[in-house]
Amino acid sequence: MDSRPEIARAAAEAAARQSYGKLVAWLAARTRDVAAAEDALADAFAAALERWPKSGVPDKPEAWLLAVARRRRVDVVRRRLTREAARDHLQLIAEETEARMTDEDLPDERLRLMFACAHPAIEPGVRAPLILQAVLGFDAATIASAFLVPPATMGQRLVRAKTRIRETGIPFRVPEQAELGERLDAVLAAIYATFAEGWLDPAGTETRRRNLATEGIWLGRLVASLLPDEPEALGLLSLMLFAEARRAARRDASGDYVPLADQDHALWDHALVEEAEALLRRAASLGAIGRYQLEAAVQSAHAARRLSGRTDWEAVRELYDALLAVAASPVVAINRAVAIAEVEGAVAGLAALYVLGDDKRLDDYQPYWAARAGLLARLGQVPQATEAYDRAIGLERDPAVRRFLQGKQAALRH
Amino acid sequence: MRYMIMINSDEAALAALPIEKTRQMSAAYSAYTEALKKSGVWLAGERLRPTQATTSVRIADGKTNVIDGPYADTKEQLAGFYMIEAADIDTAIEWAARCPAASTGTVELRPIWEMADYLPKD
Repeated sequence: MDSRPEIARAAAEAAARQSYGKLVAWLAARTRDVAAAEDALADAFAAALERWPKSGVPDKPEAWLLAVARRRRVDVVRRRLTREAARDHLQLIAEETEARMTDEDLPDERLRLMFACAHPAIEPGVRAPLILQAVLGFDAATIASAFLVPPATMGQRLVRAKTRIRETGIPFRVPEQAELGERLDAVLAAIYATFAEGWLDPAGTETRRRNLATEGIWLGRLVASLLPDEPEALGLLSLMLFAEARRAARRDASGDYVPLADQDHALWDHALVEEAEALLRRAASLGAIGRYQLEAAVQSAHAARRLSGRTDWEAVRELYDALLAVAASPVVAINRAVAIAEVEGAVAGLAALYVLGDDKRLDDYQPYWAARAGLLARLGQVPQATEAYDRAIGLERDPAVRRFLQGKQAALRH
Repeated sequence: MRYMIMINSDEAALAALPIEKTRQMSAAYSAYTEALKKSGVWLAGERLRPTQATTSVRIADGKTNVIDGPYADTKEQLAGFYMIEAADIDTAIEWAARCPAASTGTVELRPIWEMADYLPKD
């Protein structure tokens, strides 16, 4: 699927997004006006996305973008169509930067921009989309389709959030150590949401969503490189790399879903697994445990099957015990119940699931019903298992997983 | 940036406080105001009389209607305000959190809409 021109195109696009994000961040950090910074560079960025795949990435990509932005500005001024803010921004570029700027010394303010986008005063649901737009230059329509929101709605939310950054006086800065933990959580959550949206398209059939997983990893790498001593930043990157490493094994040749336990580990990307392991070791050496490190450790326990031939379910269960203590959620509780079933048997697993039974959120939560169906099936409780499979199948939106569950349900009758 | 710290609290509950509690609260506000001034962020700040002292004015059909009482009945009432100068919302939030009302009622922060921001430059 990945032909050579395709790789060159992707590399050029990544370079364009990298330079664009640095310039937007640099401008916005000085004016708090994200929308105006985007406006000032929009034409130049579009030109880069179009030309760089053909001509190659210029030696000084940021300087290239600035030069085009200034030239376009002259055109626009002639037509008297310029928006005031864009003009101010370009003036800022001209006066403050262009004289002395080389690509090497443009300070990287993208982390500050991310902290502004994920500020507590910004509505949580718009933080990840805002980061994707401001730091990576995705348009509202692309983001909307990835997050399954109507484009007009997404556009309005993004505009409102940018206005809020400017009017409310949200700062562009990396919080001090005392409050860094809580604030970093919001940035990491936005990055993880980006990755998770992309992960929902396991076959990679929807290019936009597959890219989202890639962008999530890219942002994770950026944060981990800018905050190399923050264990949770490393933990999140490790977690995403473990998951990404298994992408090719999640479907068989005919496109059918393969559960983790049945995956052929020869298909895992071993280089990515090694990188994830190294990140997790480094995170653990920093001595502050957190949810992303624990989730990465669960992944690591599963990945160990490639060496030992078996999954250490006892370890997985202990990790979920710890996760339940630091970041309890229905997802964690369900996964813990599955691990308990592997260690102590299906009866104990079901008991752990039934404890959750009162939680209304589980009524339309597919993994709960799939886990429950699987455990009931192991106990030979065919009518109850059939019913639980019905619920799980009805709630699933991925056709491959639906087929898998239907197959399991049909097998009950034999 | 200039921010207005708006103090909203339940007047009835406040009025029902025993005298000792009221004294404590006043002392806390004095200390808070002093801290704002010492840090150079204080621009203005006053306490408002309760809403029973409110008069609402409205002109309809050329007639001036004067109403005895607030424009709208709310669960909490505006009880006072501060105006501060802060670098950004984070600094403003820090000060708002120190306000005694933050632990009893709700403190609202609004940026001042500076004239330079809404009147276009030539």
